Amino acid sequence: MVQDSESASPSDQQIEVDLRNPTVAALWAWIWPGAGHIYQRRYAKGTLFMVCVLGIYFFGLTLGSGHVVYASWRPADKRWQYICQLGVGAPALPALVQSRQVRQTGKPFGNGFMAPPVNISPDSGVSDDLSELHLRYHTFFEMGTLYTMIAGLLNVLAIYDAYAGPVIVVGKDETDTDKPPPEDA
Amino acid sequence: MNQLWYAVPLIVSISLVYGATRHELMGPILQNAARAATWIVGFMATIFVILWAVSWFV
Repeated sequence: MVQDSESASPSDQQIEVDLRNPTVAALWAWIWPGAGHIYQRRYAKGTLFMVCVLGIYFFGLTLGSGHVVYASWRPADKRWQYICQLGVGAPALPALVQSRQVRQTGKPFGNGFMAPPVNISPDSGVSDDLSELHLRYHTFFEMGTLYTMIAGLLNVLAIYDAYAGPVIVVGKDETDTDKPPPEDA
Repeated sequence: MNQLWYAVPLIVSISLVYGATRHELMGPILQNAARAATWIVGFMATIFVILWAVSWFV
């Protein structure tokens, strides 16, 4: 049980939160944003996390037509941004399947949705698939990458909330009550 | 300038998620989110003014 003890709002005081199994909730929260809270029957917060995190994730994905989320760790294209994007959970996992497919066969599934660029040239000045993506989507490629990264990082906060409950904010009045009462003279 | 509109969904989402990690009820969450959004916009405006002033003097 966790108590939310924000002193500024009387309606928010002494809320008991049943976290059920925190580890299972955290796992669900990673697999699908908001699912961990729904598992804990915290429906309002689950819906809020789902709408916020998935909203900006899919908006960012749409900005780059599904090419801004991909997994690659080749020397010429270390996609470190995918580590942040992976925080969203299942919606980012197709990138791993596409990465494996490209490594093994050289061709992605479908139209290249979430697939890493196949032809990468480390030499500057030589056009390759990655520079083609930048040329085609201009700033939307970077913006879509940013949106999806922030979605993943926000979901890390949601996972922590599912595991440990809301951060307890203790007001000044409550901290004063922790002090022992003055002794009578 | 038009691209600044793309910051709005981010500010709203970040504020709401941040507020939701600090409260359990929807009322305090929305209050906290409003405060956080104000801080973010204020911070962005401050940076904008500084950069604008630098570009004006240089």
